[in-house]
Amino acid sequence: MFQLTEDQVDLAEAVAGFCRETLAPTVEADDEHQVFRPELFRAMGEQGFLGVPTPEEHGGLGLGYFEYCVVLEEIAKVSASYAVTVAVNGLPQVILGQFGTEEQKAEWLPKLAAGEALGAFALSEPESGSDAGAMKTTAERRGDTYVLNGTKFWITHGGVADIYICMARTGGPGPKGVSAFILPGDATGLSFGKKENKMGLRASPTVELVLDDVVIPAANRIGEEGFGFNVAMAALDSGRITIAASGVGLSQAALDYAGVYATERKQFKKPIIDFQGVSFMLADMACKIESSRLLVHKAAWLRDQGLPYANIAAMAKCVATDTAMSVTTDAVQVLGGYGYTKEHPVERYMRDAKVMQIVEGTNQIQRLVIGRHLKRGWMR
Amino acid sequence: MNIGVCAKISPHADARIKIKSDGSGVDTKGEKLVVGDYDEYAVEEAIRTKEAHKGAVTAFTVGATSDEKLVRSGALALGVDKAVLISDDAAVNAGPLGTAKLLAAAIKEAGCEIVFTGKAATDDGNSQVSAMIAELLGWAQVSQVTKFAIEGTSFTATRAMDAGVLQIVSGSLPVVITCEDGLNDPRYPKLPDIMKAKRKPLSKIGAGDLGLADVAATSSESNFAPPPPRPASRIIEGDAASAAQELVRLLREEAKVI
Repeated sequence: MFQLTEDQVDLAEAVAGFCRETLAPTVEADDEHQVFRPELFRAMGEQGFLGVPTPEEHGGLGLGYFEYCVVLEEIAKVSASYAVTVAVNGLPQVILGQFGTEEQKAEWLPKLAAGEALGAFALSEPESGSDAGAMKTTAERRGDTYVLNGTKFWITHGGVADIYICMARTGGPGPKGVSAFILPGDATGLSFGKKENKMGLRASPTVELVLDDVVIPAANRIGEEGFGFNVAMAALDSGRITIAASGVGLSQAALDYAGVYATERKQFKKPIIDFQGVSFMLADMACKIESSRLLVHKAAWLRDQGLPYANIAAMAKCVATDTAMSVTTDAVQVLGGYGYTKEHPVERYMRDAKVMQIVEGTNQIQRLVIGRHLKRGWMR
Repeated sequence: MNIGVCAKISPHADARIKIKSDGSGVDTKGEKLVVGDYDEYAVEEAIRTKEAHKGAVTAFTVGATSDEKLVRSGALALGVDKAVLISDDAAVNAGPLGTAKLLAAAIKEAGCEIVFTGKAATDDGNSQVSAMIAELLGWAQVSQVTKFAIEGTSFTATRAMDAGVLQIVSGSLPVVITCEDGLNDPRYPKLPDIMKAKRKPLSKIGAGDLGLADVAATSSESNFAPPPPRPASRIIEGDAASAAQELVRLLREEAKVI
């Protein structure tokens, strides 16, 4: 667990090569103009990046979350936006893989793993973010169908996804009244509100979903009625590992960029890395990244072993994304005024890092999860 | 079509070349090794030829036993079907002619109709082996190819010559094609193919298995030395017009290049 296997190194190198040649040239302009490229998503599918932990019989690679993290870290080194695309496209796969019927799996998993369908996850609402159990979107049973009404907010891939896993209320208030549904992107009555003009992750579209009498077959329900909150939370437990892995990649890219810069940039007739003030900063950045990566790998390993991992996944998400924020901020500092301009990528890294402390459960929610786990262990 | 490709494992283009302390050669210990740059074009062209005309591709490598991993990741993971690694002591110590004999014998045994190689290895850059293979097999050879097509049993190859002149060569199979930069755009391995590459057939053989007794180098290499350090750059001060004048003067009087 402390060293990648030869196979994992091969995966990382293949992903890094593709990202360097195909993804990197698009990153700067797409950040500037908020462009998402479906063709890049499909190319990633062809390369096998999209279904790493999905079983082979459903079109995935059948590997573990560990390998998934290795892949995500490499993508995030080049583009946090596309790392998040891969992670979010992974959510419907983990949900259907864990809770879907055989028909649901057969219909969607191969397409999602191959990049033939883009997946999304619709939980948040304008007034229900961290308090997901307070959602207002309803799903009313009518014969063999459900009719969905409401608004979903902050939806990654909104407007371009082929499938949304959408949470809606089928019962009374609170988490127990929530059910999970497969919502096709072309469903009648589904429309899209404004595309957010974001600080970071600008190549990843974030859009509002408006559900106005959207009729879907009852067979699109995932699990029993009232089981939706469990589905969402299980997905988030897994999703946290993927965001954490992306945070590690982003941090590593920032450190590597700042480190090379500090080695070449001279002030007072010597490279600035030879000043303790700078080298200690880089050393602290490296320490934080190394510990984040270990925590991410531990969370992934626990999940792969079938052991409880939610607590460590929350820790990994917290530590790795707080690290990403602090390391990218320091990377800008190392570059000084140059780091504050768009001539260098570190300002983008810093903007991209911020959202990682917010998505997949804010880092305050992560601490809440960790605190509850701790309390449970200490209760007599 | 039975297609062959020769792929030599060499230090990565970004490797920092170290010379052995006794000057007898390059020390590759700890260096990142890969299928050589020009051989990458050869691998890609072999796979494209298979995709266009069906058949199978066999990679041939003369090198160390430890090259297996790199042949798997640099050839089999990309779409090459099987590999032959000639890796006994005799092979490791073979010179260009010995290497060509080994490869020619293995290619003959495999029954290939066409063989792609890089135009040169990225390490020693000898450019000898491909021509020798063609000679030993009695095949045609076209070197430094930048465009290639097969129709039936005929091929057409475009060679990039000096001064931008292109030469178009056509002929019939079998042929050895040496690949130049620009022939194609080598692909990246797909993740599922990396996994499958671990299970593809790779046979490790020695000179004896090919019926070759003596492949020892007929020449020896000695006294490797790093190039002399580059003199420090000079910055010409002043406004553009006077700096340009000074630059021309230096190029003419000091560097004597114009």
